[in-house]
This record gives sequence, C-alpha cells and structure tokens, in this order.
Amino acid sequence: MLRAFWAELKRDLLLSFRRRGDLLNPLLFFVMVVTLFPLGVSPAADFLAKLAPGVLWVSALLAALLSLDSLFKSDYEDGTLEQSLLSSESNYMMAMARALAHWLTTGLPLALLAPLLALMLFLPSEAVPVLVLTLLLGTPTLSFVGAIASALTVGLNKGGVLISLLVIPLYIPVLIFGASAVQNATLGLPVSAHLAILGAMLIMSVVLAPFAIAASLRMSVSS
Amino acid sequence: MANKSILPLWFYKLASPKYCYQYTTKLLPWFAGAAIALLCVGIAWALLFAPQDYQQGNSFRIIYMHVPSAILAQSIYLTMAICGAIGIIWKMKIADMVAYACAPIGASMAFLALITGAIWGKPTWGSWWVWDARLTSMLILLFLYFGIMALYSAMDNKTLAAKATAILSLVGLVNIPVIKYSVDWWNTLHQSATFSLTKKPAMPIEMWLPLLVMVIGFYCWFATALMLRLRNEILIREKRAQWVKKLVTQV
Repeated sequence: MLRAFWAELKRDLLLSFRRRGDLLNPLLFFVMVVTLFPLGVSPAADFLAKLAPGVLWVSALLAALLSLDSLFKSDYEDGTLEQSLLSSESNYMMAMARALAHWLTTGLPLALLAPLLALMLFLPSEAVPVLVLTLLLGTPTLSFVGAIASALTVGLNKGGVLISLLVIPLYIPVLIFGASAVQNATLGLPVSAHLAILGAMLIMSVVLAPFAIAASLRMSVSS
Repeated sequence: MANKSILPLWFYKLASPKYCYQYTTKLLPWFAGAAIALLCVGIAWALLFAPQDYQQGNSFRIIYMHVPSAILAQSIYLTMAICGAIGIIWKMKIADMVAYACAPIGASMAFLALITGAIWGKPTWGSWWVWDARLTSMLILLFLYFGIMALYSAMDNKTLAAKATAILSLVGLVNIPVIKYSVDWWNTLHQSATFSLTKKPAMPIEMWLPLLVMVIGFYCWFATALMLRLRNEILIREKRAQWVKKLVTQV
C-alpha cells in the first residue's frame, strides 16, 4: 500500500517537474493578484499592512484553486486514471498521493513565496513567520478538499469555473482561521488556537478527503 | 434469519418508482391540504392576532416567514444529503430523484431566508446586510446549494450526476458544522458588539404558537412540493416503462 503511495507520488512529481512552465503558473498568478490590490485600492503603507493578511490568504487560495482543473485532466484523457483505478492497489492511497503531489507543487511554493509578497504589502515582520506557518498548514487542506471537486468534474468539458463554484464554500473555514491568525500576529495576540484548528482541519481532510476523491474518480471514469 | 432483511419492507417497496408514484398519489392530498390549512391559519394568526413586539412593533412579524424558511433550508440540505447517501449505498433510483428534487426547493428556502432577513434587518438594524454569523452561514449554505445544482446541470448522464451530487452533498454535510462554527468564531472576533441576532427578547407563548404553526405548515408545504417534483421526475425518467405509458395515455 505504502509502496503504491510512493510510486504514485514520485510519478506525479516527476510529471510536473517535466512541465516546469505549469509549475510556475500558480506562483505568477499569486504575485499578479497581490499586485492588483495596491493598484486598485491604495498604495499607502499603513492601509496595505492592515489589508495584507486577507489579501495574501485570498490570493493564495485562488492560486491553489486555479491549478485544480488540471489535476486529473491529462491522466483522465490518456486513460492512465482508469488503469490505476482498475489496479489492485488501494484507490485511497492513490488519491492521497495525488492530493499531496498537488500540494507539493502548488501550496508549498506559494507558502515559500509569501514572505516576499508580505514584504511588498508592508506586513509587520513579526507576522511573517505566522503567515508562512498558516499557509503551510492551510494549503494542504485546500489541496485535499479541492481534489474532490477536481475529481468530480474531470469528465466534464467545462470543469474550470464549476470547480470554483463547488469548492469556494468549502474553503471558507480555512480562510477564516488562516487570515485571522495572521491578523492576530500583527496585533501581537496569541495564534496557537488558530494554528491548532488549522491543524485539526488538515488532519480531518487528509483522512477523509481521499475516500471522496476515490469515489468521485470512480464515478468520473465510469462515464 | 439469514434471509431476513435488516430494513423494513416499505423501504424496499419505496425503491420501486411505480409503487412510489402510487403511494405519493395517496399522500399528496393530505399534505397539500395540511399545508394550505396550516399556512392560512398561521399567517392570519401571525399577522392579525399575535401581539406586537414591544421594541420592534409590527416589523418583527416577518419572523413568521424568516424562521421557518431558515429552518427548512437547513433540514432540506440534510434530507438531500441523506438521500444521496441512500442512493450511493443501496443504488436506489428514487433516493437519487428525491435528492435532485430537494436542491432547488432548498435553495429557494435559503434565498427566502436571506431576503426576509434583509427586509427585517433594514428597520431593525438600519442596514440591509450585516456580516453577521448567521446571515453569512446561510449565504454559504445557498452557495452550497448552487454548487450542487450547477454540478447536476453540467452532467448529461443522470445516474452519474446523482452520484456526483450525492458525494458533493455529503462532503458539504461534513463541512457545514465546520463552516458554521468557524463563521461564528470569525464573527465574534470581529464584531463590535453593537447588535446581535441572538439577543432576541424571550418570546411569549402567544407569539411562539403561530410560529410553530408556520414551521409545521412550511414542512407540509415542503413535503407537497417535493412530492410534486418527485412525481414529475419519476414520469420523465420512467417514460419508457409500461405503466407510465398507460397512465399518460389515459389522460
């Protein structure tokens, strides 16, 4: 079971490494959306500092969301998905490896890029570690929950917008706790409760989401 | 004992579209009659005879639409998710159809709750919309309904669409408590404690009784609407069945 998990993970990471351009796209999107806020709202430093936790979190969330469309697409089209579902290996582990690979290629780079953008938005420096930490805890939840919607819509031609409709309501708790932890950090308030809840949501989604992902994939493949 | 089934017989009988259609033919007039009677009595009682609120005057009377629709919006989601689970587990066509029939009714109830909330909020709080925890979670519930309806309409194959929406509504069901409590927390973190929905004056019995009548009336109305939609859906999906052909040609 674990062997299949590692094999799947390695394959997914190798595939995305071979298409490096795609790896960069969510990051560029993240940077560009964040750039829009000073242009659209106000470039004043104190105002941006207040806005920064929410803007950074919403932009990261959207960037993670946009890459979901292609998560299962190419494997669905060339039949790889069907074969791996037919194999005797656990579909649960396969789904988990997929979602983890998605996080490693989108969520993790986003979290690592965030300090740079935090600097540009004048986020107080004591809040930057908290920002990175919440993104590290929160974005995997986004990947796991988002993979469900991606699996549900993989057989459809118009998956893109539909995924956002399905997933955004489910992302709200992560956004609330992620952004408010950073907000608290800027005010010097404790953040451990927020981090604990983000961690709890992460554990719950890692354990439960693969069931839904595997069931959705089987549904999509049977069409 | 080996052959004895765990579930009662009527559960299996209801799985047959034909039986379900005939059964709802018998039930429908009762629920429709009860809904009309209860809603008429409830509205007359609520609007004419229930006492005024000592602070809000007559504007509080919209509670008699607002609260039942909000309750219904939530319980319809639960109904839909449970039917989705039944559809996945026992592969019952009827459960799929019930879940399908539920979604638009639930969405309209959530919408009604939001609209009446806005109309009520204007005289009471002085603004149409407040980012209050309860309003926000109702809005998110409406989004969940929209997502399910969008997914349903995007898929051509009805069986697969039913399965997909069932998975999604179960995922939503797991998420609803998480969403509810996180929105509560978010609100208490941010709210400046100027007003709150939860600090209503305790309701006297003569205000509460018409509300109860309205809630039961709304439930009966939901059952009626659900059965009507379900019966249409049965006829459409079973259009090749012999009994449907016979039924339609009779009319």
